[in-house]
Amino acid sequence: MTTLLEVSDLRVTYPGRGFRARSHEVLHGVSLTVGQSETLGVVGESGSGKTTIGRAVLGLVAPSGGTVRFQGNDITRAGRAERRALARDIQVVFQDPYSSLNPALTIGDILGEPLIVQGSGTSEARRRVAELLDQVGLPKDASQRLPREFSGGQRQRVAIARALAPAPRLIVCDEPVSALDLTTQARVLDLLVDIQRRTGVAYLFISHDLAVIRHVSHRVSVIHRGDIVETGTAGQVTTAPEHPYTQRLLLAAPVADPAEQRRRREARQRL
Amino acid sequence: MTTPHADTRRRSTLRRLTADPQAVVSASLLAVIVLLGLLAPVLTSHGANEANLDAVNAGAGDHGYLLGGDKSGRDIFARLLFSINTSVVSALIGTSIALAIGITSGLVGGYFGRRVRGVAEWVFSLIMTFPGLLLLIVLMPVTKGDYKATMVVFGVLLSPGIYRLVRNLVLGVKNELYVDAARVSGLPDRRILRRHVLTVVRGPVIIATAFLAGSSIAVQSGLAFLGVGSNTVPSFGAMISDGFTNLYEEPLQFLWPSLALGIITASLVLLGNALRDALEGGRPKPARIVTATTYRAPATEGTVSGLLTVDDLAIAYPTPTGELKEVVSGVTLSVAAGETLGLVGESGSGKTQTAFAALGVLPAEAVVTRGSIRLDGRELLGLSERELRAVRGTSIAYVPQEPMSNLDPSCTVGAQLVEGVRAATPMSRGEARDRVLALLARVGIPEPERTFRSYPHQISGGMAQRVLIAGAVASRPLLLIADEPTTALDVTVQAEILDLLRDLRRELNMAVLLVTHNFGVVADICDRVAVMREGTVVETGTTEELFATPRHPYTRTLLDSILDETTLRTDPPATPAGALETEKR
Repeated sequence: MTTLLEVSDLRVTYPGRGFRARSHEVLHGVSLTVGQSETLGVVGESGSGKTTIGRAVLGLVAPSGGTVRFQGNDITRAGRAERRALARDIQVVFQDPYSSLNPALTIGDILGEPLIVQGSGTSEARRRVAELLDQVGLPKDASQRLPREFSGGQRQRVAIARALAPAPRLIVCDEPVSALDLTTQARVLDLLVDIQRRTGVAYLFISHDLAVIRHVSHRVSVIHRGDIVETGTAGQVTTAPEHPYTQRLLLAAPVADPAEQRRRREARQRL
Repeated sequence: MTTPHADTRRRSTLRRLTADPQAVVSASLLAVIVLLGLLAPVLTSHGANEANLDAVNAGAGDHGYLLGGDKSGRDIFARLLFSINTSVVSALIGTSIALAIGITSGLVGGYFGRRVRGVAEWVFSLIMTFPGLLLLIVLMPVTKGDYKATMVVFGVLLSPGIYRLVRNLVLGVKNELYVDAARVSGLPDRRILRRHVLTVVRGPVIIATAFLAGSSIAVQSGLAFLGVGSNTVPSFGAMISDGFTNLYEEPLQFLWPSLALGIITASLVLLGNALRDALEGGRPKPARIVTATTYRAPATEGTVSGLLTVDDLAIAYPTPTGELKEVVSGVTLSVAAGETLGLVGESGSGKTQTAFAALGVLPAEAVVTRGSIRLDGRELLGLSERELRAVRGTSIAYVPQEPMSNLDPSCTVGAQLVEGVRAATPMSRGEARDRVLALLARVGIPEPERTFRSYPHQISGGMAQRVLIAGAVASRPLLLIADEPTTALDVTVQAEILDLLRDLRRELNMAVLLVTHNFGVVADICDRVAVMREGTVVETGTTEELFATPRHPYTRTLLDSILDETTLRTDPPATPAGALETEKR
């Protein structure tokens, strides 16, 4: 398996607020790799820096140290023009399907815009939009409608379609299902896995939910307070973790089985 | 790229405007006035500065002067018409200059980095320090008394207001995920600004424009009234000034221009307000058509028993068309003393509405159309706000989903808890303080004294939830209603909070109604479960029963959707052959 994305010793520092305020390092040297057609799950709690990893890969925050390499090229400090070119290869699906779609644009415009910017003709873009809607299981007439006419799950499908538009090699999924209902959540995850099987796209999948991570990931990295504490195959990390933090995380997540949950609770309280 | 839907949206804004009498009246008045100004050469044969010594202070109708002559023998009617044009030109120049400068620099200053914003901020703050009217007068030698040049300067002086408005809107929208998504899509900044940012800025700027036009006209007239600038330019200000000196002889000379100026500026302000309502107000608030009086409590005792019994509860909301739409239709459930009932369902299932009804905190427009809610045998529906408050303080307590937004950021944690404790049971400040400290220690806060003195932003989300739980159980309630109490928290904190709730329930023999969508939480803490869907309870049972043998198909669907150990992904990453598709683009 060839390495697609290689993040090494990534550091990100946010400036402090106010005059001479101390800056605050949120990532203290994070290293991870994502292979071609692979899903790497990144699991962590709020404030662990997991979202910042994704934003650094996307170029939405500037790293203060370390490198991000994509297909062997250093993209850590890619300029605007280089970033625009990278948009063909790296895409994103955000957590909140309500604020990630411009409420004033129709679905067709939202999906078509990046295609047109990348140089497609109008009719070609329209054909591709229809194809994308079909790929994510939305009706064809969706392109004429506004985001507010869709439910959360459907909006997330639109966001996925937008990410798929340029046929990227890597999609950063930042908590893509945590704002969705249980039944919708499962369907969207299945869609993501299905798309991966069909197109061979790789996912950097960020979530706080071990169950979700387990469902989609081949490998999993656990991040705690800006450091990766454990990386391994999904089966190993999510069932028999080595690091005490991962063990705590696993035991804290309640399972939907009263007897099993009682056993876990007791195990956790002993810990 | 306009689509039919964008058109309907625009049309609906227009329709809202045309339905608003304030907008229609003010806009028509302005239209008529502007039209009169444009038709001035046709409507009158006299020039604005054409003086006739015979017509000095002439009465209405004399010498063909419709409204009479002024003290210099000029036609007041003609001067009014020509003054309209001066005002319109002033408004156009002032607003367009202010908008051009303000919007451009607001977009740039808001969207780009700190350094650019710093410079823009500094420049506009400097402009704002100039005393406007004084500067315009001082600059008269530069503008040579030409009102158009003066309005250009005034436009610059107005621009900081627009700059600040646009900058704030852009700063808000810049952090929207859809702008991030557009950047990731490879859209150039110019296009992002035009397509995604400008659309958000449009509404408020249109509103501000109406006010800018009003103030441009007022300033132009004000300067003319003071006699600053050319006196050959017909202007309401100059006319008012002339009329003012002649006030005792011909008071009407003062009245006409004042009236015209008043109508124009008032119409602009009213139109601005109407625009604000149409563009920002959203849909008109639904009328409250049914009041609590239509509610009739069932005469017979309910079919369920327990500490809290909800029987055939239905809650409806009025739609904009005036009909009632039910969001909860006939919910029946009960919670026994010391028991935890999980109320489970997806968003929109009505679970939170049911909980809010039991707390008596439904929004004002909500209508309880039928049913009953009894606590310890006492009917809660139909109680007055005052009676409800007594119940809420002592018998029912509430723990919300978002702990942070339920604490007042401007008061210390301790002050808020003391206030709550004293409202429920009258006691001295010192006693209340001791009681709160004991409660904080009880809910597992390591340093109660320090947390007592802290402001909400100084404590973590998990601590904030502990604080709210402390406040909720302070009066040893019979029933605790918790609405997704752990959804906003990390799993490790969630586990601790659930442990705390479990302990407190045992200690106080308190019933808990737990609203949640998480079956893990249900399995962890609930004795019984009620599953809700589309406003009805589809299944109720003990937790063990429900997980082992779900009866309703919807419950089975929900349970099947749970991602647990069995859903571990096992297939390897796609083979290069499968990955070929990406090569084909």
